[in-house]
Amino acid sequence: MSSQTLHTGTKEHTGSTTGTPATRKHYRNRRLPAAATVGRYTALAVAAALTLGPVLWTLSTSLRTPSESFNLPPSFLPINPDFTAYQEVFKQINVGLLVLNSALVTGLIALGQMASATLAGYAFARLDFRGKNAIFSLVLATMMVPVQVTIVPVFMLIRGMGLSDTLLALILPAIPTAFGTFLMRQYFLGLPNDFAEAAALDGAGPWRIFRSVYVPLAVPGMAIVGILAFNFHWNEFFRPLILTISEQNFTLPLGLVTLQGNLGTGSISVVLAGVILSMLPALVVFIFGQRTLREGLTAGASK
Amino acid sequence: MTTTSTGPRHTFKPPAARRSFVERWLAMIFLAPTLLGMALFTFLPIIGSLVLAFFRWDIISAPQFVGFANFASLAQDPTVRVSFLNTIVFVVVAVILQLGIALSLASMLQARMPSWLRVFLRSTFFFPLVLSAASVSIFMRYMFNEQFGVVNWLLSLVGIPAVPWLTSPAASAAVVVLVYVWQNFGFSFLLFLGALTNIPKELHEAANLDGATGWKQFSNVTLPLISPTVLVASVMAIISALQVFDQPYVLTNGGPGDSTRTAVMVIFESAFQQLEFGEASAIGLVLTVLILAVTALQFRLSRRFVFYQ
Repeated sequence: MSSQTLHTGTKEHTGSTTGTPATRKHYRNRRLPAAATVGRYTALAVAAALTLGPVLWTLSTSLRTPSESFNLPPSFLPINPDFTAYQEVFKQINVGLLVLNSALVTGLIALGQMASATLAGYAFARLDFRGKNAIFSLVLATMMVPVQVTIVPVFMLIRGMGLSDTLLALILPAIPTAFGTFLMRQYFLGLPNDFAEAAALDGAGPWRIFRSVYVPLAVPGMAIVGILAFNFHWNEFFRPLILTISEQNFTLPLGLVTLQGNLGTGSISVVLAGVILSMLPALVVFIFGQRTLREGLTAGASK
Repeated sequence: MTTTSTGPRHTFKPPAARRSFVERWLAMIFLAPTLLGMALFTFLPIIGSLVLAFFRWDIISAPQFVGFANFASLAQDPTVRVSFLNTIVFVVVAVILQLGIALSLASMLQARMPSWLRVFLRSTFFFPLVLSAASVSIFMRYMFNEQFGVVNWLLSLVGIPAVPWLTSPAASAAVVVLVYVWQNFGFSFLLFLGALTNIPKELHEAANLDGATGWKQFSNVTLPLISPTVLVASVMAIISALQVFDQPYVLTNGGPGDSTRTAVMVIFESAFQQLEFGEASAIGLVLTVLILAVTALQFRLSRRFVFYQ
């Protein structure tokens, strides 16, 4: 479990392993870390294999021909890649439209959240108004309300607004963000006050101070909000399942589940090709924005 | 930011009263998108849910007041009752597994190792978090297929006969837990990793000098130090597990029978398949109360058991 047992307490002692109780104690100290190290690396290797294995299997199976995709033994490494499944998935479902829908929904939600959370976070962090703490608590309280509880009234509201079965039905309700507002407030609170004071001395009003001084400084915080929103809504399944009806408004996860339902176990590699394609943006975020995503995900826990 | 000025050159600042007037208006404009959006898409729906829970409504005919009948049916309807029980069992098992795996892996990563290896392992355990639960459930459903799935093929290598993963009640419940934990342990892992990395090295060294090593050091030194994180991670894991939907919906669609049906699946089905919007709202409210209770418990426990530095 602990690392330090490896490096302390054993340095001076290199003597024999038999003898007095005192030396036997040292013997135990010497042997235990070695066994612990082997055990630790084994456990880590197994955990890494179990985590990556399913993803590698999905990738290599998507690169088998549809007819042999369910043959055993399975393949974990894409030797002799075959791209038939990738051509086939474009024939089975309108991949282009699904990607476009997902990109539109996710992109507009991310932009909307970045804008609204920046404004609200700034107001809570750096502007003075009556009832600030009460309003902020109210905003935070909405994080406690699961989406499943509000989905029925939201569905009816969307119908009443004449937006049912449109992409806007997915976008609009997702823009107000308690977590994003919380993050941006923290971010603005972390920025020094001196800039505002200097700008005020130069005669800048509250708007100018916000626009020209603090917005440029808050870009990293906005990136966290944007990446979190992108990751969450690109993968979202529950709301699209309820709020979209016709296939032309489906997002990627919904399209893929429908594809699996249609194809069943007929040609696994076609479905998996779709799954791999849908993972690509997440992979890009993972490679280029992992640090930002990690910071954002763990930010809520360290209030 | 407010009217407290530090410099001597008061003359360059607009009058304090005017400033705070402008600020108040600016604050209102800045808050408008978020607050109006929340009023429309969160607060109004909550009130709607509270009202709807006392009505029977199928959208087509006029709503009909039924008092507490929707809540009573929660206790009587076997599907609803089983689904809540399933959800609670799921939460207990999945959260314990998720936290146990995450904490073990995060502690193992504290050992001395090449930094590329640590970065690789951290990225690996984090990776499932960026995937969609629906996609993960799609490929896991193939992997757990009884005839040609990889899992049964691997088991056959060590002589274990094929397990009907998705067609037997107990095994399919286990699959839902495994798939969920596979995707979500990385989140708790990140929280624990952060907390463990923040422990000052001297504390471990002091513990070593006192002869507290291994498990003893972990339970007496490390665990108390990260107890605030353990609490937060547990509560976040419980809240998100209570809302499980994507995995059972795609993997088993609640079956076989009702064995993997969860509370949120019942909300979805009674609202959008049976058009029982009142009943769905009632179930949703009960779920919210559960979530609020867990959160309240967090505050209680944090005062009693958690060690803050």
